[in-house]
Amino acid sequence: MRIGHAGLGIGRSGPMDSPALRLANALVGNAGDCSALELSLSGPLLEFTADHRVAICGAEVDLRLDGDAVPTWCAMDIAAGSTLDTRRFRRGARAILAVAGGLDVAPLLGSPSADVNAGLGPSPLRAGDELCVGPVAHAARSVAGAQRWRIDPAHWFDADDSRPLRLLKATHTDKLDAPSHRALFAEAFRVSTDSNRVGVRLLGPGLRLGVPIELVSEPVAAGTLQLPPGGQPIALTAEHPTTGGYPRIGQIAEVDLARLAQRRPGDQVRFEMITLDAAFALLCRRERELGALLTTIRERTHA
Amino acid sequence: MSAITFEALGESTLLLRFDQCIDRSINARVHAAAAAIDAARVRGVLELIPAYATLAIRYDPAQWLDHELPDRHPWRGLAAALEAVVERATATTANAPRLIEVPVCYGGAYGEDLAIVAEHTGLSQDDVVALHCAPTYQVAMLGFAPGFAYLLGLDARLQVPRRAQPRVRVPLGSVAIGGAQTGIYPRELPGGWQLLGRTPVALFDARRARPALLAPGDHVRFRAIPAEQFEQPQHPADTLE
Repeated sequence: MRIGHAGLGIGRSGPMDSPALRLANALVGNAGDCSALELSLSGPLLEFTADHRVAICGAEVDLRLDGDAVPTWCAMDIAAGSTLDTRRFRRGARAILAVAGGLDVAPLLGSPSADVNAGLGPSPLRAGDELCVGPVAHAARSVAGAQRWRIDPAHWFDADDSRPLRLLKATHTDKLDAPSHRALFAEAFRVSTDSNRVGVRLLGPGLRLGVPIELVSEPVAAGTLQLPPGGQPIALTAEHPTTGGYPRIGQIAEVDLARLAQRRPGDQVRFEMITLDAAFALLCRRERELGALLTTIRERTHA
Repeated sequence: MSAITFEALGESTLLLRFDQCIDRSINARVHAAAAAIDAARVRGVLELIPAYATLAIRYDPAQWLDHELPDRHPWRGLAAALEAVVERATATTANAPRLIEVPVCYGGAYGEDLAIVAEHTGLSQDDVVALHCAPTYQVAMLGFAPGFAYLLGLDARLQVPRRAQPRVRVPLGSVAIGGAQTGIYPRELPGGWQLLGRTPVALFDARRARPALLAPGDHVRFRAIPAEQFEQPQHPADTLE
């Protein structure tokens, strides 16, 4: 994540599913923010020219190593000459592929993160590209049998689109007209195919403000639910611009951003109102649990 | 002077609101507050995003936990600390803004909409250029794309509607107007503003020590240059301190 330059219009970017990045990195012995690949809806076919330890977390991928099914959410050692096929996603939309040593990407403004929308950092992968891997810490390299255990993804991956995302009130939530306010929390929206890392466009009941308001550009955040004049909301995600000129009708709880990231085009999105205190309590609990799991992984892989 | 208010924009952004309009003096208060918060090194503050009449503070809420009330979001503590800093800031004068001169080649292939703007405003093309070069603008905010500066101070006679059909690609360096605003495209981007000209100066380069030429609060003046100067090797903009 590119932090510290937002005042110049430079957003954070970074992973759509932050726990998946931190867990995949831990599994291969990397620091949590080491650069990794984010795969969206379908990943690449990767040919290994050297031995590497990799791990995939996030979406449920029908992962194949030289044609054989292999598990995700665990570290695996892949020998030079092997081919890893990440093309078929079974559930979810975003997976993280981490490799021990991290991808060797020169940082730009303090971060290796790609921000395609802003034109910063590495370009999306294309067939024929070669990926460079950074040096592997000795401790991580010496571990044997890392793949004997696996993280239970139940706690860290949720592709059940019937479960609502929790939405905080934002500046203009109460400016919606009464039917729109009701619809926002009662009806289902669908993820549009126009969605990307900038934002998830939602299709559903057209929402309207009670009284149109003249708005000047104001800062926005990941998870901000904007309402453009067409009435179909957009939930901003990793590569969102730092400011926006549309009404902000809600703010998705930080703890649910990873769940939003796993919704595919056509999936439904429902919202449930939450208070800031309750959302914060959930976030703190998630961070405690994630911290404990990361510590366990590090202890086991560095034993 | 209206009182400032705070809004939580999620768990880790606080929006400090001065007003909700485009006004040069209100915007100057935003920049003074940003400078004061920056200088005060307030605990947990990670980034500031100044906008027209609001200032976003991105922070780490874990650094403001209230151990007496662990289940309560701690934004109120940060807001109180910021309020004290901002109140002191408005009493003192902020640093004098930098003045940056941006050379612009107006009209022709450099500014395809100059003729349309002249027609719409009933002015000659030369008058449009003169009116655009006359004011000292204030960088109200950066947003939309890295290094894209929204400038305040456009002469009211140059206020024209946006294009009905936005361009898919506005050339890098285009100087454009839309409504009460004027700005410069730091790279090739889609856009609906009317294009008056282009500058040869690089507005944004992530590899520079100062990636964005124009920072929030800076003052800017445009200077018309002939096409020959546009085609000369790139030169840095003059900073007239």
